[in-house]
Parts: sequence; C-alpha cells; structure tokens
Amino acid sequence: MNSYTLTLMTVLVLYLLANLGIGLYISKKQAKLDAEAGTGFINNYFIGGRSMGGLVLAMTLIATFTSASSFIGGPGVAYSKGLVWVYLSIIQVPTAFIILGILGKKFAIISRKTNAVTVTDYLKARYKSPAVVIISSLALVLFFIAQMMSQFIGGAVLFQSITGLPYIYGLLLFGVIVILYTTIGGFKAVVTTDTIQGLVMVLGGFLILFTIISVGGGFQAIVEKLNVVNPTWSDPTVGGTTPKAYVMSFWVLVGIGVLGLPQTAVRGMGFKDTKSLHSAMIYGTIVVGFLMLVMHISGAFAPAILDPSEITSSDYVVPTLVLKYMNPVVAGLFIAAPLSAVMSTVSSLLILASAAIVKDIYLNYIVKEKNDSEKANPEFDKKIGRMSMITTLIVGIIVFVFTIYPPDLIVWINLFAMGGLECAFLCPILFGLYWKRANATGAILSSVIGVVCFLLMTTYKVTVFGMSPIVPSIVVSIVVFIVGSYMGKNPDEETLKLFYS
Amino acid sequence: MVPKLTEKERNLQMKKEALISLGLYVAFFLWWYFTGYGLAGDTKGYTYIMGLPLWFFLSCVVGYILFCVAVIVVVKVFFKDFSLDETADEGSGEEERG
Repeated sequence: MNSYTLTLMTVLVLYLLANLGIGLYISKKQAKLDAEAGTGFINNYFIGGRSMGGLVLAMTLIATFTSASSFIGGPGVAYSKGLVWVYLSIIQVPTAFIILGILGKKFAIISRKTNAVTVTDYLKARYKSPAVVIISSLALVLFFIAQMMSQFIGGAVLFQSITGLPYIYGLLLFGVIVILYTTIGGFKAVVTTDTIQGLVMVLGGFLILFTIISVGGGFQAIVEKLNVVNPTWSDPTVGGTTPKAYVMSFWVLVGIGVLGLPQTAVRGMGFKDTKSLHSAMIYGTIVVGFLMLVMHISGAFAPAILDPSEITSSDYVVPTLVLKYMNPVVAGLFIAAPLSAVMSTVSSLLILASAAIVKDIYLNYIVKEKNDSEKANPEFDKKIGRMSMITTLIVGIIVFVFTIYPPDLIVWINLFAMGGLECAFLCPILFGLYWKRANATGAILSSVIGVVCFLLMTTYKVTVFGMSPIVPSIVVSIVVFIVGSYMGKNPDEETLKLFYS
Repeated sequence: MVPKLTEKERNLQMKKEALISLGLYVAFFLWWYFTGYGLAGDTKGYTYIMGLPLWFFLSCVVGYILFCVAVIVVVKVFFKDFSLDETADEGSGEEERG
C-alpha cells in the first residue's frame, strides 16, 4: 500500500468507524429513553417511536433513494452523453416534495390510528386481506435483498477501483459496519446515520465540482474545451441517439413511481409532527436538487479534463477523476459520499426487510393465536426484540454472502427490483389513501399483473412508443386496479370510517 | 400548541394539500419540458448563457431554483399545521382505538 492509498484509507476508515460509533451510541441512548417511556419494542426498533424532525426526515428520504448510481453510474453516463443526463437527473428534483406532500400526513395519521410501522401494516388495515399482506411482504423481501446486493457490489467495486485492494476488503469494511449498526440500533440508528451520510454526500458534491472547475481552468475554459472534444454535449438528443420517449419514461421510474417504493413511503410514518413534515419538504427539495445537479454536471464536464483513453467503462469516470486530481485526504472525504449512499440505502432496506419478516409475517400469521394483551406483555416484547435483531442480522449476512457469490436468480431479480416494487406497491398505496372504492381484489390483481407485465416486457424487450417498460406496466397496473376494484366488494364501514371519515 | 381539527377538516385539508402538491408537480414538469425540449428543438444554433445552452440553463438551473422557491411559498401558504394524534371531534379517543 503506497502512502496515497494509506492516507485515503485512514480517512475512510475513520469515517466508517464514526458511523458505527454514532449508530451504536444513538441506539443505546434511545433504549434508555424507551425504557423510561415504557413504549413497545416494535414501535421503537422499526419506526423510531415516530420522532423524526424535519432535517432527519428530509435527509433519510434523500439518502435512501440516492444510491451508488447517483454518484458513480449517473455521472459516468453524463460523461459520454453530456447535458441530457443532467436534464434527466433533474426529474428527481420534485420527488421528495411529492412523496411527502401526497403521502406524508395521511400516512402519519393512519399509522398512528392503527399502530402501523410498515407499509404492509397500512395495506393490511386498508384491504383486510391476508393475500395482500403475504404478496407484498414477499415481494418486498425478495426485491430488497436483490437491491441490497447490487448496492454492496457497487460500493465494493468502487472501493477496489480506488484503493487497488481486493473487493472483499471493502465489502468487509463497510458491509460489516452497516449490518452492525442497523441490527443493534434499528430505525433510529438508520435515520441518524442517514442524516450524517446525506450531509457527507452534499460535501462530496461540492468537492468534485470544485475540483473539476479548478483543474479545468474555470467555467468558460471547460465549456470551450467541451465544444471541441464532445460536440454533442449540449444537444438533448445527443445527435439523435437519445430518444425523447426514453428520457420521459424517467418521470415514472424516478418520479411519480417513487410514491410506490415502500422504503420511501414508510418515512411518512416516522415523523414527529406537521412542522417537521413541512420543513422536510423544503430541505428535501433543495438538497436533492443540489446533489443531482452537481454530480451530473461534474460528469458532463469531465471530458474537458480527462482523456478518453483513460476511461475503459463509464463506471470508471468518477474514480479516475478522484485518483488523478484529488489529494488523498480530499479523495477519502469524497469517496465517503458514494459509500454513504450505499450504506444509507442498504440500512433502510435491511430494517424494512426485517420488519416484513418479523412484523408482517411472523406476528400476523405465525403467532396469530395470541391476543393483543398477550402480545403486549413484557416477556413477549423482549422475545420479539431478540428475534427482530437476529432477523436483521441474518438478512444482512445473507446479502453479504450473496455479494461474494452472487446467485444468478438474485442478479436476475435485481434487474427488475425498482420497477417491480413500483408496479407492486404504487396503486395499492395511492388508491388506498384517496379512493374509497379501492379494495383487495383490485390491489391483488394490480400488484401481480403489474409485476408480471413488467417482468415480461423487460425480458422480451417490448417497447411501446419507445418508452421503457415501466411506463406501460404502471398504466396496466392502474387499469387493472380500477377494474378489479369495481369487480370486488366495497370496503366495509369500519375501514371507510377509519380512513375517510 | 398545534391546533386540533375535526376528522372531517383534517381529511379535507389533506386532500387539498395533495391536489396542490400534484399541481405544483405538473407545473414543474411543464416548465422542464417546454424550456428544455421546447427550446432545444426550435433553434438550429443555441443561445448561450454563461457558456451553457439556454435550454439547459432555463430547464435545469433556473428550473431548480424556481421550484425551490415555489415549494417554500406553497408550503408556507397552503400547508397547515394540525395535530396528527388528536382531533377536535366530540369524545374522540384516537389513542384507545389503536
């Protein structure tokens, strides 16, 4: 290990240890508070006792849906395609706003009334159907495991390309840390570390754009150079190679569709009061827009200071920039940003996968003969506590092993993970909140047919008017939901009263 | 103290807020589309501002700033604070119902 790598590694290891320390500290502090307040384990471990303030809510929302691709993959594509990829990333500017604006207060109220801590809890209360609960829990666990694996792989590959150390070392380092603090600290540790990680991402954005502009000799010089080396950089169709319909599809995939991702929707159940929600809408918009704009502009500007011969794959654009132009301390701080993106996404998915297994499946269907008072006794609460932590740990270990030996099936599932989740959850979540007629028949048919339609269209590369498969699949799931709901029974009085009175 | 609304008022307010959010979302989409594809498609040679093509400057840089301002205004003006735990309904016992 040369001194450059050594310095860089020291910065990174310190940062990762700080994450672990903070995660564990918070969980210890929280455990004490919970013991005093006497609130149940489930409520604390899986939703942090609904105590998030505005900044934490905004940051955890952003950190969860900003993954490794916003730091590595996206800027890499912007490097070759130019400004159109910045234009595309800007589609995500209003995403945090719309999620909180449409789901926030509704979810907050419903989850307080029904004691819900997961999206599945909400679906159970709304549709009263075991099939809905089981289908959604299974879809969630399966897709989440695939997504976590791909995040880990992304982080480990980045680590390897920056430090030159074997893949497994990087994975051991950040993988073990994120699994540990999530297992021990639960939701509270997840959102607290998310907040720090989100701030580190913002810092990373500053660092890389600043580096590029100063190396490139200022804004004007970079733009002039780009006109020479990449003449189509300012053309939104990239000389006709990037169709409009394809770009527009992202308004569904990373726009409206995100309302259907359980990992972002569940944030609506965890905040403290309306004031927190309102400020999160503002912070969230400002921060997510900044990150997207800065990271992708950096990618689009990079051709001015990199030689094409240095870039073997678009995923190496950012690592090459870092190694070539950043001093090791700055490089360490910058690399902390994409690793933060990985860890914050994984931690949120991990705690939800564990919630799906313990809360949605085990508590609902395996110990269902116990009545509520038995479930409330401290002995049982303790048992559930141990079980939840062990479940989180086991899911974490499974993902970890999958990252080292990726099974073909999981690699395949990952191709559909984000779109699949959206097809499965968007209609049941959204219509359930705002449409009285929505019922279990619609929800089940819509989830199953939507996901199958998306799988088939993606596998057989069927396109409709040049749009990516997510758009027609979501349309199908909406139509099926409406038709299904008219075929099924009206929701009962109790449900209507709970949700709409 | 946050004000308590009745169940009905809360639902009405939330519906209003959801519609306003959707409206602002659509407005941003239209701005994005027409300043972006709209301007870039019209001209043969682009107009440039600070070295960036006008379509990009308006859709991405100005669009982002405008949207942030719009969110602040909309949230301050139309979004209301109210209690999530309790309602002003007669004899409402939200806590017990869970």
